[in-house]
Amino acid sequence: MALLDELSGAARPVTKGRAAAREPGARRPALLILPALIALAVFFLYPLAVVGWNAFTDPEPGLGNFTWFFSEPANIATLVRTFTTALWVTLVSLVLSYPYAYAMTVAGTRVRAALMMLVLLPFWTSLMVRTFAWVILLQDTGVINQILGAVGLGPFSLIRTQTGVIIGMVQLLMPFMVLPLYAVMSGIDKRLLPAARSLGARPATAFVTVYMPLSLPGVSAGCLTVFISALGFYITPALLGSPTDALISQQIFTQVNGLLKWGRGGAMGVILLGLTLAMIALLAVSLRRAGKRVSG
Amino acid sequence: MRTSRVGRGLLWALCALIGCWLVVPVLVVIPLSFTGKPSLKFPPDSWSTQWYANFFGDSAWTSAFWTSVQVALLVTVVATTLGTAAAIGLTRARVRWLGAAQGAMLAPMIVPGVVLAIGTYSVFLKLQLVGTLAGFVMAHTVLALPFVMIPVTASLRGFDRRLENAAASLGAGAWTTFRSVTLPLVAPGVASGALFAFVTSFDEVVVSLFIQSPYLQTLPVKMYASVTRETDPTIAAAATMIIVLTTTLVFAATFFVARRTRAK
Repeated sequence: MALLDELSGAARPVTKGRAAAREPGARRPALLILPALIALAVFFLYPLAVVGWNAFTDPEPGLGNFTWFFSEPANIATLVRTFTTALWVTLVSLVLSYPYAYAMTVAGTRVRAALMMLVLLPFWTSLMVRTFAWVILLQDTGVINQILGAVGLGPFSLIRTQTGVIIGMVQLLMPFMVLPLYAVMSGIDKRLLPAARSLGARPATAFVTVYMPLSLPGVSAGCLTVFISALGFYITPALLGSPTDALISQQIFTQVNGLLKWGRGGAMGVILLGLTLAMIALLAVSLRRAGKRVSG
Repeated sequence: MRTSRVGRGLLWALCALIGCWLVVPVLVVIPLSFTGKPSLKFPPDSWSTQWYANFFGDSAWTSAFWTSVQVALLVTVVATTLGTAAAIGLTRARVRWLGAAQGAMLAPMIVPGVVLAIGTYSVFLKLQLVGTLAGFVMAHTVLALPFVMIPVTASLRGFDRRLENAAASLGAGAWTTFRSVTLPLVAPGVASGALFAFVTSFDEVVVSLFIQSPYLQTLPVKMYASVTRETDPTIAAAATMIIVLTTTLVFAATFFVARRTRAK
């Protein structure tokens, strides 16, 4: 119950006078953060530190695991494949989500609620359930091949291919693109488009030069979320992809769970985490620059 | 003018297609769960309810289901308590390490699941938490924390602190002030945080795959094993029940929110 005692910190200074009541002690609320921080330290930061430690010490101290990773062409291929897959997933999601989010901002209340519901339903539905549905749809005798067969195409092998993985991941990650896009787009003043047109811009020109730049914060937030989620995705590539075209997360799983190579798995984990953080830093820097350009 | 009307029509047609693409694929599991044959062939050519009977008759499935419910409920309580307290602390404290603390709390959202999973596995082997209820609860709690912090922080931002001071000046104790003034006002944020925490835990697969044991596994882990090892439509029955449950919850929440906003 230490938590509740800490909550009292906000009101205790009342006895000391009115000024104190308005500015409660600055230290006490900080104690409220501690339980969550301790949980994070033990069950999040410590495990990540262990991954890093293993990478540099198992089986022997040094950079052996990293030189192994970068000297095997298969590993480089995995890294490149992981990157291109994530990039494709991001691009396809963006192309599909942009008109959808835009339509949400111009729709009437009811249609907007319906469109929102269509995004939120998959968002809340278990990832495992949705991946399983894609296994059914993409299998060699699955629905997609039956439909394509009916119009005289195929059969294509979709499951255990990179295409299958991309199709599934786009559908699974799309809500994370639509939601930030919609959040930014709904804040854009709609009178700007007629204003641009009244100054002589054609509708398409007005949209590209006025609306699109204003929607960029949503685009970058959505792309970043989808891209870094795709980089570390495990379940979907493991079930829809082929073991020979594995992504880095699958390789990590195999190294640790299958081969008990903690060091090699750890090194791959460090590389994946490093790439993820680098992407975030890159975006943060470019956003800050863009912000300066707008304000300056 | 005509081009813009054509453009509008195209936009709506595209949205209808994308909307279907978002929702329809998952629906294939529903007819599949009523198939009469022990295969995942779609569409089924005969029908039965045997896979539901199989789900409820097989202790591996039912115990995985109950483990998931238990873990998710415990995570909801622990993560909502820790997350709400931390959100209150973060919005009110004035200490130098505030920014770092805030960053650390949100970090579980961006770290790839597999990386955290191998680390957690390594730590849990040492602490003997592999295959334990406490292990699942703590591993899921750190993943759920950011999803509690975000909505609670948002509702605290729009909260007038003078109300608390007023209550205190009228003689309410700290706990009374918190319970009768602060909590009701930030309740919507806490409630959505709790819902996020439950769903985060109930859905979690990657970390759970590592910290499970043959004696204690969660429903998504059991489903993963079922997809990789056998072609048993029982998984379709389990998936259908999860879909029905989720859809009901989302609709109920939407109606609840709509009614609340109308009441205001």
